[in-house]
Amino acid sequence: MSREGLVNAALLLALVAVPGWALWADAPFTITLATRAVIFALAAVGLNIALGMGGLVSLGHAVFFGIGGYAMGILASHAQNYTPLMEWPFEIAGTKSMPVIWLVAVLASGLAALLIGLLSLRTSGVYFIMITLAFGQMMYFFAISWPAYGGEDGLSIYVRNGFPGLNTLDPIQFYGLCFGLLCLVLVLHARLMRSPFGLALNAARQVPERVRAVGLDPVRLQLVALVISGAITGLAGALFADLNRFVSPTMLSWQMSGEIMVFVIIGGVARLFGPVAGAGFYVLLEHLLGGVSEYWQIFLGLFLLLVVLFGKGGLVGVLAGRARHD
Amino acid sequence: MSIRTLLAAASLAALAASAQAEVKVGMITTLSGGGASLGIDTRDGFLLAMQKAGRDDVEVIVEDDQQKPDVAVQIADKMIQSEKVDILTGIVWSNLAMAVVPAATAQGKFYLSTNAAPAQLAGKGCNPNYFAVSYQNDNLHEAAGAYAKSEGFTKPFIMAPNYPAGQDSLNGFKRFYGGELAGEVYTKLGQTDYASEIAQIRASGADSIFFFLPGGMGISFLKQFADSGVDLPVMGPAFSFDQNILQAVGDAALGVKNGSNWSKDLDNEANAAFVSGFEEAYGRLPSLYAAYGYDTANLLLSALDKAEPSDAEAFRAALKEAAFDSVRGEFSFDTNQHPIQDIYIREVIQEGDVFTNKIVATALEDRSSAYVEECSMK
Amino acid sequence: MSPILLAEQVLNGLQSGVMLFLMAAGLTLIFGVMGLINLAHGALYMVGAFAAATVAGLTGSFLLALVAALAAAAAAGALVETLVIRRLYARDHLDQVLATFALILIFSEGTRWVFGSFPLYLDVPDALSGTVTLPGGIAYPLYRLALIVIGIAVALGLWWLNSRTRLGIRIRAGENDREMIAALGVDISKLYTLVFALGAGLAGLAGALVGAIQSVQVGMGEPVLILAFVVIVIGGIGSIRGALIGALLVGLTDTLGGVLLPELFRLFIDPASAATAGSAFASMAIYVLMAAVLVWRPTGLFGGRA
Repeated sequence: MSREGLVNAALLLALVAVPGWALWADAPFTITLATRAVIFALAAVGLNIALGMGGLVSLGHAVFFGIGGYAMGILASHAQNYTPLMEWPFEIAGTKSMPVIWLVAVLASGLAALLIGLLSLRTSGVYFIMITLAFGQMMYFFAISWPAYGGEDGLSIYVRNGFPGLNTLDPIQFYGLCFGLLCLVLVLHARLMRSPFGLALNAARQVPERVRAVGLDPVRLQLVALVISGAITGLAGALFADLNRFVSPTMLSWQMSGEIMVFVIIGGVARLFGPVAGAGFYVLLEHLLGGVSEYWQIFLGLFLLLVVLFGKGGLVGVLAGRARHD
Repeated sequence: MSIRTLLAAASLAALAASAQAEVKVGMITTLSGGGASLGIDTRDGFLLAMQKAGRDDVEVIVEDDQQKPDVAVQIADKMIQSEKVDILTGIVWSNLAMAVVPAATAQGKFYLSTNAAPAQLAGKGCNPNYFAVSYQNDNLHEAAGAYAKSEGFTKPFIMAPNYPAGQDSLNGFKRFYGGELAGEVYTKLGQTDYASEIAQIRASGADSIFFFLPGGMGISFLKQFADSGVDLPVMGPAFSFDQNILQAVGDAALGVKNGSNWSKDLDNEANAAFVSGFEEAYGRLPSLYAAYGYDTANLLLSALDKAEPSDAEAFRAALKEAAFDSVRGEFSFDTNQHPIQDIYIREVIQEGDVFTNKIVATALEDRSSAYVEECSMK
Repeated sequence: MSPILLAEQVLNGLQSGVMLFLMAAGLTLIFGVMGLINLAHGALYMVGAFAAATVAGLTGSFLLALVAALAAAAAAGALVETLVIRRLYARDHLDQVLATFALILIFSEGTRWVFGSFPLYLDVPDALSGTVTLPGGIAYPLYRLALIVIGIAVALGLWWLNSRTRLGIRIRAGENDREMIAALGVDISKLYTLVFALGAGLAGLAGALVGAIQSVQVGMGEPVLILAFVVIVIGGIGSIRGALIGALLVGLTDTLGGVLLPELFRLFIDPASAATAGSAFASMAIYVLMAAVLVWRPTGLFGGRA
């Protein structure tokens, strides 16, 4: 097994061992923290597909995260109040079933990624960063001032949504669901990396001319990557909303986009387990530093600086050494 | 925050930790970022009352929510799941309260609000474990509306940011004003330049202005308005004219009338003791938020004298009695567990170098809230 | 709406555009010369405002306050450049975004640590307070007119610096070919520090000027930072002329959108919902503008490179 393989295995082991220990020691909050880390990791895996494989620096992934969150909030609030979502041309009721909500979240955020991608991929470099930021701000202001679904107050769901055969209110069972989804998406990401599509996308990032020369359209490849990426981040958004039993426009803010990006970078861009390491470490840091000082964000900032300046390749990079050049 | 405050807070925390605590109170409030001054005052007011009482059987755990709903939820989960607190309190913002309160009360915890009290929680979403000690969100706006009517204004221009609290504000004003308006404008949340709104005000032929722009937005508007040459009476809720921001507005706020249920010159013994105690402990004048924090702690202590939170029925009854000396004078709870209290009109004045408020009128007597009928608790 | 009111709103739009230009000029200069995305530009704006409020409080002089703002922000800029930023020039945009995002956290919370959580006081100087009557009977605040003048002066000054001075020649040469000017004996790292400090100083000046009519508080730089990014992206990154045009476009769209959209909605729906719906769309207007410009011209109006 390569060094990176060992690091990945250790990370996986930690994701099983920590909640396992918490269950044994009866420390439910540790499970909640771990769930938060796993969901953030899932969102960041989404971004990592666009960023690491496609080279698309999106500062607007909060859009997909928020759409996923609102998919959950809107469906569940209609189910909670027994009001139909839509009466014409046919009636659609809300739902409290997680699989249905996940499906809607994935489809809605994938669609949003398609639309945003169609417009944004006309630009590149800094302009791409900024136009994705602009779409994020657009959604954010819309969500704040549109009164139908709570505006800035957001939507509160009183009971966590259900999954057939599980009691989702039990922290460890909900954690298991999130962890399972993360593993599934990681497998998908690993297969994508080795697939013809992944190789072509990689080539499109490095030498677009050659990709064009063999008859492939680099922009189309990037668009597909962005849609997959947005859909995964959207799924994470639905889970995050369910974890908090609450959704609000903060999920759409540019700081949220920045944080998702931070998870990827401190973990290691284009590394399969980079987002997992990054999100886990961030949640841990936030939890530990928050108790130390009111001004803990200074230390967070200093730490991020150190990672960028000296920790090339992020945490996974530091632990596993240089990546293979492929 | 001054070093003295830090020391005071630190010594208190040490005191709380060393004692054998029986009741745990979790305070979730905003201690970092742009909105930190509100949370710091809430905390300082609350801790002052605790310190004065000298009770060593109550432990207060304070955590920073960074003004983010998801962080507030996470802290609430932690306090409930691992710290096993009995009572939660301290949230400043309505959107954070909506994220935390329904879930906390559903888990059987008590929540005492030191500030935010959105309409949903006063009406259909009222809960036997939820008490708003501050007000109902609309109250201070309603007072300004009643004042506008009693002053005989016929064309006020009204303005608030476009988000739920802003919409509630203008509705609250209109509920008690009831007359014609010169204009009704929603601004962007976080907007800092109001030249265009001021031009609209000038052109509208308004005879007065009511606005609700919390935090930095209000400071910006007042400075720009004072420099615009438009000379009209200005009204608002107390938030934009409170102790924690008046010094930053300066002369521009002088003479503004604002609706409030507390003022530092309210003439009662509890208030005199609070104001002098706060100044002595922290070296600054208390704000509205500090007053709510202080009252909340005293309400809590008064109920703890009679019952344990583990006996929910008895504890709830003890809270409902509101048998404490409020710095606001007469104070009781309505059936939806929101206050019945007088709401005043204050005027911004200058005392030496310091800008502050004095009470000039009582706008609403024994005011409850507009949503009490919608609440199923009787 | 009367033509006079409309004219006044156009003036307001121009003035807010000019203020944005002060902020955007430094940002676009830094990007043009060093190829660096600086998210911490808003933090330097905040540093300027806090320095101005402190000095104005101590001395009572607004002029000294402006000098202090310029100096403090430029010094902070030079310091940050030498310690952090210069290690980022060769990195990709991703690292730059993250490092300067980290700088925002450090500056914001550091400022709060030093100055506390309460907003500071800074006011318009007496000599510039009050209003003047413009043709058509518009009573316009003198200070805002002064801001327009200062903004235009800065634009002219930058143009002069860029096209008429030795430093300007070096800057332009540095944009095109950094090895070449290094070979000609120009100390490139000193030049970069200087340009960064200049951009930072402009942001600090903007912070102080705007702080006098807004609120001097922690976090004040972030909303304006995003607006400034919108401006330079619309104008074309690296172009001072683009920044000026972009700033005016954004200022006008934002101001007129806020006024006209609710009026427009009033034609179709009842006034109360028109006010909320109109203002909801108005707050999105500049982002729609930006997306539209980029879809039409992917490198902005005057941009050459991405």
